[in-house]
Amino acid sequence: MQYAISILLSGVSLGGQYALIAIGYTMVYGILRLINFAHGDVFMVAGLMMVYLSASISPLAALPLVVILTALLGFVIERAAYKPLRSAPRMSVMISAIGVSYLLQNLATYVTGGLPQMYPDLPFLSKSVNILGAPTKWVTVVTPFLVVILVIALTQLIHHTKIGMAMRAVAKDFETSQLMGIKINSVISITFIIGSLLAGLGSALYFTNYQSIVPLSGALPGLRAFVAAVFGGIGSIPGAVVGAFLIGISETIIKGSSWSVFSDAFTFALLIVILVVKPTGLFGEKVTDKV
Amino acid sequence: MLQKQNNKRGAWIALLCVAALLILVMVLENTIKPTHMLFTVLKKGAVYALVACSMNLLNGFTGLFSLGQAGFMLVGAYTYAILTIPVADRDAVYYLYNGSALKFSLPDLFGGANSPVGLILGVLIALVLAGCMSALIAWLIGLPVLRLKSDYLAIATLGFGEIVRSVLQWDKLGPVTNGANALKNFPTFSSFNIKNASGEVIFRLSAFVPFLLAAVCIGIIVLLINSSYGRAFKAIREDEVAAEAMGINLAQHKRLSFCISSFFAGVGGGMFAMFANQAQAKTFTTAMTYEFLLIVVIGGIGSISGSCIASFLYVAASEWWLRFLDSETYLFNGTFKVPFLRTGFRMVVFSIIIMIVVLFFRRGIMGDKELFDLFRPRKPKQMAKAGDHNG
Repeated sequence: MQYAISILLSGVSLGGQYALIAIGYTMVYGILRLINFAHGDVFMVAGLMMVYLSASISPLAALPLVVILTALLGFVIERAAYKPLRSAPRMSVMISAIGVSYLLQNLATYVTGGLPQMYPDLPFLSKSVNILGAPTKWVTVVTPFLVVILVIALTQLIHHTKIGMAMRAVAKDFETSQLMGIKINSVISITFIIGSLLAGLGSALYFTNYQSIVPLSGALPGLRAFVAAVFGGIGSIPGAVVGAFLIGISETIIKGSSWSVFSDAFTFALLIVILVVKPTGLFGEKVTDKV
Repeated sequence: MLQKQNNKRGAWIALLCVAALLILVMVLENTIKPTHMLFTVLKKGAVYALVACSMNLLNGFTGLFSLGQAGFMLVGAYTYAILTIPVADRDAVYYLYNGSALKFSLPDLFGGANSPVGLILGVLIALVLAGCMSALIAWLIGLPVLRLKSDYLAIATLGFGEIVRSVLQWDKLGPVTNGANALKNFPTFSSFNIKNASGEVIFRLSAFVPFLLAAVCIGIIVLLINSSYGRAFKAIREDEVAAEAMGINLAQHKRLSFCISSFFAGVGGGMFAMFANQAQAKTFTTAMTYEFLLIVVIGGIGSISGSCIASFLYVAASEWWLRFLDSETYLFNGTFKVPFLRTGFRMVVFSIIIMIVVLFFRRGIMGDKELFDLFRPRKPKQMAKAGDHNG
C-alpha cells in the first residue's frame, strides 16, 4: 500500500513536470505547426543556469532569474532560428529546430565539460515529508497543485484576454489573422516566451527530484512531453496536461516493475498506437485536408 | 535520342570516375602511413555516405520525413554482428550469458574468417541479411506508421528508434543480443588486409572495401531513383494527391521506398559496426539520426552526390580538421593562451556552422542537382524545389 502510494505520488509529480514542458510544445505546435525539438534542451539549459547561478546567489533569488532568462532564451531562439524561415517549407523549420537542439546540447557539453552537474537544493521544495506513510519530497506534493493553478491561469489568458484571442486566431489561420491586423511575430514570440517560462519552472521541479544534469538530460523528458502533447491532442492545453499525467504515472509504474527497460518503449508504442487510432489525440480538433 | 546518348555517356563517365576514385583509395592506402587520420575519415565517410543516401532516398526523393535511420542501422549492425562472430569467440563475447544461443557463424560455414572465401562470402551474406532484417522490420513498422504525415511520421519513427534500442538491450534477449554489452570480435574492415604467412600485412584493403560496398549500394540507389519507381517517388514528394490521381499507388510506393531505404540503412549499420570494431545499442542514439539528417541537408535535399560529398566533409570536419579546437593551444612561446579552446569547443563551432548552413544556405551544397548536372549545359527551366509541397 505504502509502495503503491509512493509510486502514484511520484507518478503524479512527474506527470506534472512533463505537463509544464508539454504545454510549451502544444502551444508552439498549435500556432506554428512546428515540433520545437529544441524545447527539451531549453529545459535542460534552464537547469544548468540554476546550477551556475546558485553558485553565486541564493537559490531562492536565482529561481525567478532562471525563469526569466529561460524565457529570454526561448525568445532569442525563435527570433534567430525560426523567424527567418517563416516562409520556408515546414521541413526546413523542423531541421532548424533540430540544429538548435544540437547546438544547445554541444554548448552545454562545452560549458560543463561533459560532467554531470548537481542541482542545488531548493530551500522548501527539497525538504522531506511523509504522505500517508510514504516518504517523499515537498516538490512531489506541490507540483500537481502548481500545474493545475498555472493551467487555469493559462486558459484564462487564452480565452479572456486580447493576446489570447490573437493566439487563437493565429492558430486557426496564419495568413488571415495577419490580414486582420494581428502582429503575428509578437504573438509567436509571446507563445515562445510562455512556453519557455513554463519549461524553466518545470526544470526547477524536475531537477529537484532527479538532481544530476547532463547535456542530454533534456532530450528524453522533452520527447516524452511531446508524446504527452500528441496524446492529449496537439494544440489543446488541457489535453497536454491530461496526457502528461497519464504518461508520467504509467512511466513510474513501469519503472517500478520488472519491465523497467521498456518504459520509453512503452511511451513511444503508446504514441504510435494513438497516432494510428486517433491521430488528433484525446481532445484535438479534427482537421480535414483540402486538395 | 540525343538525350539518351548523353545519358549513356554520362553513366560511363560516372562509372569511370568511381573506378578511378576506388583505385586512388587503394593506392593512397598502400603509400601513406596507415594510422593517418585520412583513413578514419575515408572509412567512416563511406559508411556515412551510404546511410545519408538511404535517408535522402526517403526524405529527399519520396518526401517522407523519417527519423528512424539510427534504429534501422542498429538492427543491421546487430544482425551483422550476431551472424559473423566466430564460433570460437562466442563464449568470450557472451561470457555474461554463458555462451550464445546461436551456435553458428556465417564465415565459419564457408571455411572460417581467415580464408578469403569464408571472409568475403560470410561478410557479404551477413550484410545482405542485415539489410533484409532492417527491411523486414521496416515493412512491419511501416504498416501502421506510413499512414501518418510529415511531422507525425518523424516523431513515430523517432520513437521506433528508441523502442528498438531498448528491446535490443533487454536482459531476456541476452543470449542473442548480449544485453547492454558490446558485440565484438567479428570481421572488420581490417580483416580484409592481405597478410602473408607470418601475419604481416602486405597489401591494405581496409579503406577500399567500405568504398566498394558503399559505391555498389549507392549505385543501386541511383539506378532506383532513375527508374520508373524513382519517378513515382518524386511525384509523391511533389504532390501526393496529384500523384494518386495519376495512378500511383501511394501506400505501395511509400512502403517500397521505406523498406529500400531501411535495407540500405541496415547494410550501413553493419558497415558501421565493421568500422567501429564493435556493435553496441547505446551508440545508435537519436543524435546519430540527427547527424545524418544534417548531412542530407548540408548536401542538398534530393541530391545523391550532394549527400556523398557532405558525408565526407562532415566526417572530415568533425574527426580531423576541427580537432585542433578541442586542445588547449598556446601561441608566442606559450605566453598567450588562445581563448575558448578546450574539450567540446569543436562541436560548438561545428553546430554553429550547421546552423548557418540551415538558415542561410538552405539549398545545401548541391541543391537538388547531381554532380554531373554541373557539367551539362544549363537548362532554361527551373526545377521546383524539393519538398516544397509535402514538407
